[in-house]
Amino acid sequence: MFPTPIEKSSRAWQIGYQTLLPVALIAWLLPLIAVMIFSIKPDSDFTNGNYWGIPGSFEMFNNYGKVFFESDMPRYLLNSLLITVPTVIGTVALSCMTGFALGVYKFRGNLLIFFMFIAGNFVPFQILMVPVRDLTLDLNLYDTKRGLILFHIAFQTGFCTLFMRNFIRALPFPLIEAARVEGVSEWRIFLYVVIPLMKPAIAALAVLIFTFIWNDYFWAIVLTQGPDSQPVTAGITQFNSEYRAAYHLMSAGSIVAALPPVAMFFLMQKHFIAGLTLGAVK
Amino acid sequence: MTNAPAVPTTHAAQPDRRSWYKRNEIAITPWLFLLPGILFFAAYVVIPIFQSFQVSFYRWDGLGDLTEQGQFIGLGNYQELATDRNFEISLVNNIKWLLLYLLAIPLGLFIALFLNQTVTGIRLYKSLFFFPFVISQVVVGLVFSWFYLPSEGLLNAVIGLVGLGPVNILGDPDMATYGIIAAGLWPQTAYCMILYLTGLNAVDPEQIEAARLDGAKKWKMLWYIIIPQLKPATFIAFVVTIIGALRSFDLISIMTNGGPFGSTRVLSFYMYEKALAEFGFRMGYGAAIAVVLFVIMLFFIAYFLYSMWRDERGAR
Repeated sequence: MFPTPIEKSSRAWQIGYQTLLPVALIAWLLPLIAVMIFSIKPDSDFTNGNYWGIPGSFEMFNNYGKVFFESDMPRYLLNSLLITVPTVIGTVALSCMTGFALGVYKFRGNLLIFFMFIAGNFVPFQILMVPVRDLTLDLNLYDTKRGLILFHIAFQTGFCTLFMRNFIRALPFPLIEAARVEGVSEWRIFLYVVIPLMKPAIAALAVLIFTFIWNDYFWAIVLTQGPDSQPVTAGITQFNSEYRAAYHLMSAGSIVAALPPVAMFFLMQKHFIAGLTLGAVK
Repeated sequence: MTNAPAVPTTHAAQPDRRSWYKRNEIAITPWLFLLPGILFFAAYVVIPIFQSFQVSFYRWDGLGDLTEQGQFIGLGNYQELATDRNFEISLVNNIKWLLLYLLAIPLGLFIALFLNQTVTGIRLYKSLFFFPFVISQVVVGLVFSWFYLPSEGLLNAVIGLVGLGPVNILGDPDMATYGIIAAGLWPQTAYCMILYLTGLNAVDPEQIEAARLDGAKKWKMLWYIIIPQLKPATFIAFVVTIIGALRSFDLISIMTNGGPFGSTRVLSFYMYEKALAEFGFRMGYGAAIAVVLFVIMLFFIAYFLYSMWRDERGAR
């Protein structure tokens, strides 16, 4: 354990540490706390220049009510959900298969294909912008959720294949060999032997991809426009131009937009961190 | 099914009678499983990379077919880049991003060491320190641009207490890029922190004990015992930070939209501006900028892949 465990150090430092923790946390989250305070203030506070004093009145329900009932926000949130969930399902399905193929079988080109997936995942995605936009237009999928979903599935498959393949590699291989000796066909081995063992990886990947896709902004503005198909990350800029300088509403709007992945993280923390830190320990 | 009775039921004794698929099952299965993934990935990632190279040799507004409506101009776009002042600014800003973004790694390590204790509630502290990473960059950008506001922002309220300010960080061409990078460092540091917290969990306690007996003190212990054991975590932190720095787009688009006076542009943003956001879509020119960005990235990709390939070799 490093640094020296706190229980073994002097009493003074123990108390110091315990007081330092909340102070450091507040400093760390200060920008966010500011937005939370903004989001419960009344409009009059801003016109009076009372930015950081005690709020004139407590307007949380009013402000958030406006976001939910008097703006396009719910529509954008629904779009985000309708984009994110199919992408998660599609990517997990595809990468279970690719990960299985690359993790279990030895064949020529295995490592080459694996590295193609990794390399593609590292690419700065701006280089894909012009051709992918063109392809989406050709497929008549521009400004549709489907066009965005297809691209996301394809791009995320790179990262997910890396993830799944490494996970499958670490599974006990004799299990698969035993099934083969029994005469179980390969796709049944995949379905009944490997998939059940991959549940933790699937859970971790699902939360990660949910967050990545929910938070995507670049592809949302490249492949969609307008409230029919744009997700909330793009919608929030629209929302903000509508309520320009109404900081209490803009703050409430951004908190709402950020909330689903945050909730996901706190609910599925174990899986989330297991996914993010895969490979951080040898 | 008409000749079903004629087929002997003793499969194992006569392997040749099995179907072609059955005989080659082990060889074919991986390809069947790979097929959908590879098709998707090729159509949306691999082929577009090459297409971008092709587009960068054309003058093309994105309408119609590239080879019909576009005009082949060879290296024309690249020649124009060489004298484009805005491109130069973007490139320099990208280098600033790369260098300063790497600060997330030591900062993350520092916070991880600070939080690596077992006191009540520490798990909640760790999650709360981490959760900026979960928030979308769009919201991070908004949060920080309000934080920086000259009259309404909390930053100026705080430094006003000690008699400084007010500063308009995002309105000042000399400071705006640093202001945005600071905003980007916030979630990135959180990510590095969580990597190191996981890494610290796996540090060998016997080695630490042995080093303590040998009299290794704080800094020496950190440098010679702890950091070498954190190497896998450092590698991942390095990879994600470099990629993050070169992909930076959301924060710039949200916080300054490239301004003031184009001083906060980076290649990815400038490319988007040229290809989609300006009057007359200059797809060819945008693609040329993207190619430059890609070539920069290629050095890092080659290094990452080489390291991973070495590990793969070691694992066999």
